[in-house]
Amino acid sequence: MLSRRTKAIAALAGAASFALIATGCAAGDDSASDDGGPIELTVATFNNFGYTDELLQEYMDEHPNVTVVHNVAAESGDARANYFQKLGKGGLADVEAVEIDWFAEAMQYSDLLAEAPDSVKGRWLDWKEAAATDADGRLIGFGTDIGPQGICYRADLFESAGLPSDRESVADLFDGDWEHFLDVADQYREATGKPMIDSANSVLQGIVNQIEYTYTEPDGTVIATENPEIADAYQLVTERAIPNSAYSGQWSDDWFASMANGEFATMLCPGWMLGVISGSAADVEGWDIADVFPNGGGNWGGSYLTVPADGENVEAALELADWLTSPETQMKAFANAGTFPSQLEALEGDELASATNEYFNDAPSGEILSNRAAAVSVAPYKDADYFKYHDALQNAVNRVFDGSEDEQSSWDTWVAEVEAF
Amino acid sequence: MTTTQTRPPAPATEPAAAEPAARPVRVLGFRQNLSRWDLKLSPYLYISPFFVMFAIVGLFPIGYTAVISLMDWDLVRNSGEFIGFDQYVWILQNPQFWTALRNTFSIFVLSSVPQLIVAIFIAAMLDRNIRAKTFWRMSVLVPFVMAPVAVALIFSNMFGDVHGLVNGVLTDLGLPAVPWHKDPFWSHVAIATMVNFRWTGYNTLILLAAMQAIPRDYYEAATVDGAGAFRQFVHITLPSLKATLIFVIITSTIGGLQIFDEPRMFDNTGEGGPAQQWLTITLFLYNIGWGEWNFGRAAALAWILFLIIILIGLINLAVTRTLVRDEGTRAPKAGKKQKGVRA
Repeated sequence: MLSRRTKAIAALAGAASFALIATGCAAGDDSASDDGGPIELTVATFNNFGYTDELLQEYMDEHPNVTVVHNVAAESGDARANYFQKLGKGGLADVEAVEIDWFAEAMQYSDLLAEAPDSVKGRWLDWKEAAATDADGRLIGFGTDIGPQGICYRADLFESAGLPSDRESVADLFDGDWEHFLDVADQYREATGKPMIDSANSVLQGIVNQIEYTYTEPDGTVIATENPEIADAYQLVTERAIPNSAYSGQWSDDWFASMANGEFATMLCPGWMLGVISGSAADVEGWDIADVFPNGGGNWGGSYLTVPADGENVEAALELADWLTSPETQMKAFANAGTFPSQLEALEGDELASATNEYFNDAPSGEILSNRAAAVSVAPYKDADYFKYHDALQNAVNRVFDGSEDEQSSWDTWVAEVEAF
Repeated sequence: MTTTQTRPPAPATEPAAAEPAARPVRVLGFRQNLSRWDLKLSPYLYISPFFVMFAIVGLFPIGYTAVISLMDWDLVRNSGEFIGFDQYVWILQNPQFWTALRNTFSIFVLSSVPQLIVAIFIAAMLDRNIRAKTFWRMSVLVPFVMAPVAVALIFSNMFGDVHGLVNGVLTDLGLPAVPWHKDPFWSHVAIATMVNFRWTGYNTLILLAAMQAIPRDYYEAATVDGAGAFRQFVHITLPSLKATLIFVIITSTIGGLQIFDEPRMFDNTGEGGPAQQWLTITLFLYNIGWGEWNFGRAAALAWILFLIIILIGLINLAVTRTLVRDEGTRAPKAGKKQKGVRA
């Protein structure tokens, strides 16, 4: 009713304040930041990148003429809406964070983004850097973090289900493919009568992130509905993961409530998920993380920093992005927010190897996640339409979970939806 | 035309004598013209700010949307390729559009009907001689003051399938839990509840104002004739409210077709449910425009929604005309002064 107007006003107000901040940074000249004139640089991120005020102050101390203003959006979806509304038209921050899920959409407009200097090339894992390099060989994204996945589990619940509960034995227990992972889930369900996994769609996410070509191929061919790997993944998830899952998808109010109540026994865990679990289930004890993942390794999530080419201080902004994604700064961000580094030097450093996580039973999280990152063998090809196809497939799983449709008709609905795209 | 033709000959025939005479005439003529323009143009000038604003923020976007709806539009590069009516065809052939249309009307009926019945009942109660009138009247409007997104967040939490308050109470009573986020009907009930929570008080106040305008003489006469409170309500109050009710129904129809916040906030994805259980037209438009960045299709859908609203507006108009034909006989609004007499 009238309500939608309120929302529009809120959005307008948000956009207006953003524009004010953005125009406020027009003070400097086009030269690099060390040339003297006072410069204000804006950095726009979302969720928690680990860029604390203290961290940014370090940069300002090194560059006395630069003032860094940090704007944080609540979630990546808000940042995405803002990004594409202003890209190429002006009004974006000098340094803009982009999440991997919609990074391919941003890559379509790589000509509107500034190219990273040659000096940073080779800083990141090959696949991380390759995904940010466009067809003309321009590197336009500074990698921040990646999401190598381990398995988080509740030692106390495993014990009462008669399963091994220490880190090494659980790693042995889960060692195998997805079928084996679901065998263990069956075993847990037989012993306790409860589902072991938090959500069926996280299993789908895990499997799909191990497939190189999922829904489309680089030449633009749509293979979504004919891809046997996707059909197998769908079948495995609907037939075997759904009975073993408490929820269909993640992030709902109910899902968070169950998390806080300590109802989940197992979750697929990228580095950033550790912070989600310890943050939303602070009172639950018994969480631990095992150095294992079904079918090898898998990456879920991670971000980039980009510099819009039409900014006022592109040179200075590139310099700041360079500094923010340097191995040293990324390690500080990892300590602040658990964002696992994508930089080779940080991955090999002692600091990461010795990092532990108190909430997860003092697990050597740095070492475990490093091993998991090394186990990642496939970099899935994700083009601009990836999100759309995957979202529709997730809904197909949701429908089966909810009982709205059976396995076959839900698949048929998905096929019809894909054909309509 | 006529004035310009007749005036020039005058100075030509009598140059000497006309000189002093013609001058004041000419000045007067200018002033007359000025005041004539003033008379003719001023009203338009005074109302022009609204129309200029409307042209800029209303008419232009509507027209521009029509242009975009015929193009395959790239939002970032602000350019598009003309493709004709393909996108209209795409939307009309998409089963999700028809599901969204069904949901929109279902939620509209589930919200408007109970809302109006309850609003009339509360208004009738408030119209009686009760203590602390202002307090009660203000109280019914309190939900309206709450931000819609806040209402949606709180209610969505209450309607949680597993950990929600409502299902918690139901299972404690030994009743089965309701699949709020799975079954289309129950999701519509949940969303309609949020709409009703916000808008019942608003409609109550409008109806209450209309009720107070009914001359109290009618009630006195009816009381003398021996009519009870219920009979008075059915035969005096309801017929007198006809015009107001039609206004309320029209506004809630337009609002109902544009329902967005509540379904958007109903779950964490905001996409209207995995099987489009609570996808409404405006939410579908948002998903296409701001989820897939396909502004061409979103613009086409906006125009389809515009046409649907016009169609329903015309139906409303036709119904109103037949219903309100005898409204001219409404009594003069002298009722308020006599309120005390009746009490």
